[in-house]
Amino acid sequence: MPITYTSQEQIEVYRFSLPVTIIVPLVAIFLQAFIPLRFPFFGIFDLPLLVVIFFAVARRSPIAGLITGGLIGIVQDSLTHQPIGLFGIAKCVVGYGASSLGVKLDVENAGARFLVTMFFYVVHEFVYFMVARGLVGLSLQWSWPHELRSAIANALLAVALFALLDRFKQRT
Amino acid sequence: MENLLSRYRNVSVLVAVLFAQVLALGVQVKRSGENRSTRLIRVWSVSAITPLEKVIVRTQSGTSNLWHEYFYLRGVRQENRELKQQIERMQLEQVRLTDDAEQSRRLQALMGFKEQFISQTVAAQVIGSSGSEHSRVIYIDKNANDGIQRDMPVITADGVVGKVLQVFRSSSEVLLIDDQTSGVGTILEQSRLQGVLKGTPGGETILDKIMNDEQVQPGERVLTSGGDEIFPKGLLVGTVAKAVRGPDSFLSIKVKPAADLSRLEEVLVITGKEERQPQVAGAVPRAVDILAERLPSVPDKPATGEHTAGDVAPDTLTTVNKPAGVDPGSTVPQASGQPSPGVKSAAKPAITPVKNAPASVTPSATPVRPESAPADQPQ
Repeated sequence: MPITYTSQEQIEVYRFSLPVTIIVPLVAIFLQAFIPLRFPFFGIFDLPLLVVIFFAVARRSPIAGLITGGLIGIVQDSLTHQPIGLFGIAKCVVGYGASSLGVKLDVENAGARFLVTMFFYVVHEFVYFMVARGLVGLSLQWSWPHELRSAIANALLAVALFALLDRFKQRT
Repeated sequence: MENLLSRYRNVSVLVAVLFAQVLALGVQVKRSGENRSTRLIRVWSVSAITPLEKVIVRTQSGTSNLWHEYFYLRGVRQENRELKQQIERMQLEQVRLTDDAEQSRRLQALMGFKEQFISQTVAAQVIGSSGSEHSRVIYIDKNANDGIQRDMPVITADGVVGKVLQVFRSSSEVLLIDDQTSGVGTILEQSRLQGVLKGTPGGETILDKIMNDEQVQPGERVLTSGGDEIFPKGLLVGTVAKAVRGPDSFLSIKVKPAADLSRLEEVLVITGKEERQPQVAGAVPRAVDILAERLPSVPDKPATGEHTAGDVAPDTLTTVNKPAGVDPGSTVPQASGQPSPGVKSAAKPAITPVKNAPASVTPSATPVRPESAPADQPQ
């Protein structure tokens, strides 16, 4: 059973140093902007989203999660030519949702991380799609096969990435 | 109320943050076209990300150059031989094309056409992208200091890439032609049909606004039409991959871009265009000069001193008897339209006055040589 129900007392809350809090999201955004130039298939991944999920789940604070998600999303938006707020809103929702889930469930093992990332990837894409179509008027197309493929790819990457980022965790 | 807020503190903050972002988004959408309201955020983000990208790209290309230019020289001798042979072939081709181009320029000059010439370009390295499938933009390492401005066309040797969208302190943002918000005025090379090239949400490029009853063949080349006043006319955009009837009254034409938009490393930004009438080397020819080149003539007769140019009746000046077996529109081989530079009379070489040309003149007869037979000289 990868996802276990835990009591509030059993949950470990982590914090991160200021350099990690700033540098890790910036590196994720940088890699997201840089790697697809050399390896176009990398465009399927959303590294900033994975970082948002990781911080949100580890901190287990919905407000910290939504603010982290919002800020990372806004920086990601500012590199596009679309209005600022599309990624901001989507990642805000994901940050809030992931940290709220982290409060209730133990998502420390690989299986749980895989499922959580898959779920929140789809949530992220759905929110983005709705806002982009409803508010901005972009003509996006929703394709379940594409979204599921991307969700699985991101979830697999998340398992490896989260294991790496675990090294920066500090117990409170 | 206070209890309610503290009880639902997390949800309240979420709603407040989302509301603020939706409001900001609404303001931006209303002021679409202007990026002033978010300019500062974009400048900060781009300034934080692009310098690092610049350093990495330059280090990478430096290392790659060092390896390829000094260490990895396997097969260079063979390649050199092949390239020399290619140059020889291309030189021959160039001679032919130069003649064609010169003729084309002369005709355009006669018709009063104005051409857009690319007078200046800036080479730039691609240092980053938006990182989003929904926004197909790239960042280049050149900025306003290098003469880059908004809406300048960006190309590669293969074809059109996009246009400059924004210029920052250390870089510039380029909108690719496969983005759904882009639009390029294009023309099909053979059928001369004009349409608008756009991107789709899936990252494909389509040619829009061509009616269903037109015939478009796969493989036909798509060129810029110049109608958008951004891209100069005649640049290669891509080739038609598929053309089928669309649901509305327009054809659904998929275009394969000539430039590989997913693997861009270096691009050229067109920083200078000038519009001028095509100039022909030497003096400006007249319509009769062109006709003189195209029509066959007779061999020069020895000068008798009886006839001078002034003696010839005006109507006979433009009269050339059609020789047997020669089409009126055919070009006489080796006819040269280049007047001698510096010879004033050569500017009006026109047609050799001919009276009663013999019917036995063949296409291989001596072509008109304006430089050796000025109109005011006796024949």
